[in-house]
Amino acid sequence: MTTIAAAGDLTIVSWGGAYTKSQTEAYFKPWMASTGYRILSEDYSGGLSEVKAQVEAGNVTWDIVDVEDAEAILGCDEGLFEEIDPEILPAAPDGTPAEEDFLEGAIGDCAIGTVAWSTAYAYNRERLSPPPSTIQDFFDLEQFPGRRGMRKTPKVNLEMALVADGVPADQVYEVMATPEGIDRAFAKLDSIKEHVLWWEVGAQPPQLLVDGEVVMSTAYNGRIFNAIAAEGQPLAMVWDAQVLAGDNWAVVKGAPNLELALDFLRFASMPENMAVQASWISYSPVRRSAFERVGSYHADPDLKMGPHLPTWPDNMKTAIRNDAEFWADHVDELNERFNAWLIK
Amino acid sequence: MTPSASPESVIAVDGIPLKTKLARALMVRRLRALGLTMPLLAFLFAAFIIPVLVFLWQGVHDDTYARYMSHSTPVLEAWDGASEPTEAMYEALQKDLVQARKDKTIGKVATRVNRELPGGRSLLTSTARRAARLEAPYKKALIDLKPAWGRLETWQALRVAAARYTPTYLATSVDLKYSGDGSIRRQDEKRRIHLTLFWRTVEISALVTIFCLLLGYPVAYLLSNLPQRSTNLLLILVLLPFWTSILVRTTAWIAILQGNGVLNDLFVAFGVIGDDSRFSMVYNRTGTLVAMTHILLPFMILPLYAVMRTIPKAYVQAAHSLGANGWVAFWRVYLPQTLPGIGAGVVLVFILATGYYITPALVGGQDGQMISNLIDFHMRRSLNWPLAAAMGFVLLVLVMFLYWLYDRVSGIDRMRLG
Repeated sequence: MTTIAAAGDLTIVSWGGAYTKSQTEAYFKPWMASTGYRILSEDYSGGLSEVKAQVEAGNVTWDIVDVEDAEAILGCDEGLFEEIDPEILPAAPDGTPAEEDFLEGAIGDCAIGTVAWSTAYAYNRERLSPPPSTIQDFFDLEQFPGRRGMRKTPKVNLEMALVADGVPADQVYEVMATPEGIDRAFAKLDSIKEHVLWWEVGAQPPQLLVDGEVVMSTAYNGRIFNAIAAEGQPLAMVWDAQVLAGDNWAVVKGAPNLELALDFLRFASMPENMAVQASWISYSPVRRSAFERVGSYHADPDLKMGPHLPTWPDNMKTAIRNDAEFWADHVDELNERFNAWLIK
Repeated sequence: MTPSASPESVIAVDGIPLKTKLARALMVRRLRALGLTMPLLAFLFAAFIIPVLVFLWQGVHDDTYARYMSHSTPVLEAWDGASEPTEAMYEALQKDLVQARKDKTIGKVATRVNRELPGGRSLLTSTARRAARLEAPYKKALIDLKPAWGRLETWQALRVAAARYTPTYLATSVDLKYSGDGSIRRQDEKRRIHLTLFWRTVEISALVTIFCLLLGYPVAYLLSNLPQRSTNLLLILVLLPFWTSILVRTTAWIAILQGNGVLNDLFVAFGVIGDDSRFSMVYNRTGTLVAMTHILLPFMILPLYAVMRTIPKAYVQAAHSLGANGWVAFWRVYLPQTLPGIGAGVVLVFILATGYYITPALVGGQDGQMISNLIDFHMRRSLNWPLAAAMGFVLLVLVMFLYWLYDRVSGIDRMRLG
């Protein structure tokens, strides 16, 4: 990771672990084989501070970064990313133009969607019976006593609290746009606050569940799937009120290899390559034509990936689609309020 | 330096007054000493002092708005912040929005305004998208487009954002709200967080310091009174954790303290507690205190040991022979001699503790977080660097104040690291 990039080496920064592994298998290796260029893969822990520091110092060493929706918007607003013309994206095999084939909102001004992932809650099958099945169960301390794990951020938690309190999933952000709606969400969170263990890193929830530190925990679906499929842990997902979000490729403003970066983006947006990624990790490709091509888990041909993906129709029934615009507007205010609420 | 012509001065063989020669010799020595320390000073200056100053500067200086919104900045500065916004202000804003959209700088401006006005980001970007098509009178056109433009708070937020030098970040970092009409009020109760965290930081640091002192003092005493060979072995035991990564040590504490961890398992095995009433010792303040005390302990033991080693045993023996019992001999004779070491250890541990963030982040849960965790959040997540800078400044002032207090009470010159 400390290798110095030679001219023509593309530096791609992503989240590490099983996620980068899936990108390596689906995109990095084949792209290197077909173009002859090298990819330097680096890990980071999210956020835009490194990108901002590089752009402001005029010393850009990263070409492509894998960013969440909120960072894609913030980074574009702050001028940290190159704008990308969606014309460069390849059409679907049946000729459907890329802009129609990508899921709604997956193509941004500066970012091209790659996967859709979800935050939903999971539990340990050996510790909870009967099993919980709805978001109301997560907030039900009488029927399901014990500690809960939640990510230490207002995002996702406020949405889930409102749905558990009776707000329909598609009206969550309308309610959250009002002060009363926010009060209502915090009131619902108040009801379980004393029993919540706040996690910060994606690797924590599966571990907390396996260790029995919590009986249920919100988690990234890919982490839970990995614990189940690769490690054989007795965990299970509850998809009710899952919050769908996306990850995106963004090209850093002033990237040393702009042309190569765009070529890589083209390659990584081909439906057949995107489908390969979904055989390594349980995140949905954001192109309809790619979703249709998803097969089995790479290590187990009997394990069909479809039902484990967030956008599988059965899982989508009560899904909340993360509203990145809402969060870009209110993140400061709600973070402050959430942090103040936490320490009270 | 000119040779002194005073008749009393002693003249050396070469005709130069001795005083001057001496001064020259001293000067050369001083310059040589300075030359040797120059590389370090230059390094500190370039790599530490200047970046710190630049960063602190960011906490009071923010020209994002003024740089990209050249028409509305002067009119906003001229406005009193309380009267009805005029047509000229709306017109200037419209011009700026059109320009900023063309230059693609609107995002930066919108992010800046959003910090003063939640929702200001989308208000600016969506207005800018349509600004070119608006026609005079702009006041009516803008308010028709977005009713928010008719509200005084919107304009006050712009006025705060337009100021190049602003107290707004410093105010926020001590839970105050600086408004566009120049007034400073307390932050809305639901958003007050900083003072609580500053106080908690001091509280946790003080507790960690006390624990380190209570645990470290006997160890240092033992170390300084054992034969040299056993001392060396024990010192290695003290230093071994010192050489291990903080991350590893913190994670080890999670394994030991968690609900199904080693310690709880032992308690259950020995019947101290039932299997369903395990102690929660991590992901809360207890976890932070335990892990930080462990990590900072060497910083207390080493200066104490260095001072204790130099205290002759004869003093305590003399006290005993003069009739003092064990307690009196310790309290009135031994302890006062170790004060310089205590001072050094306390200052070292306390100041290091105020800046800790990895350990609280990992084991702190919700009531074990410190101000540095929030600074880290604004540095890496929200990208609100000016606010992070302002909080860093407040923390720096706080630590310097406590240092000053310490100096007044016990005197820095009495502190010894060995």
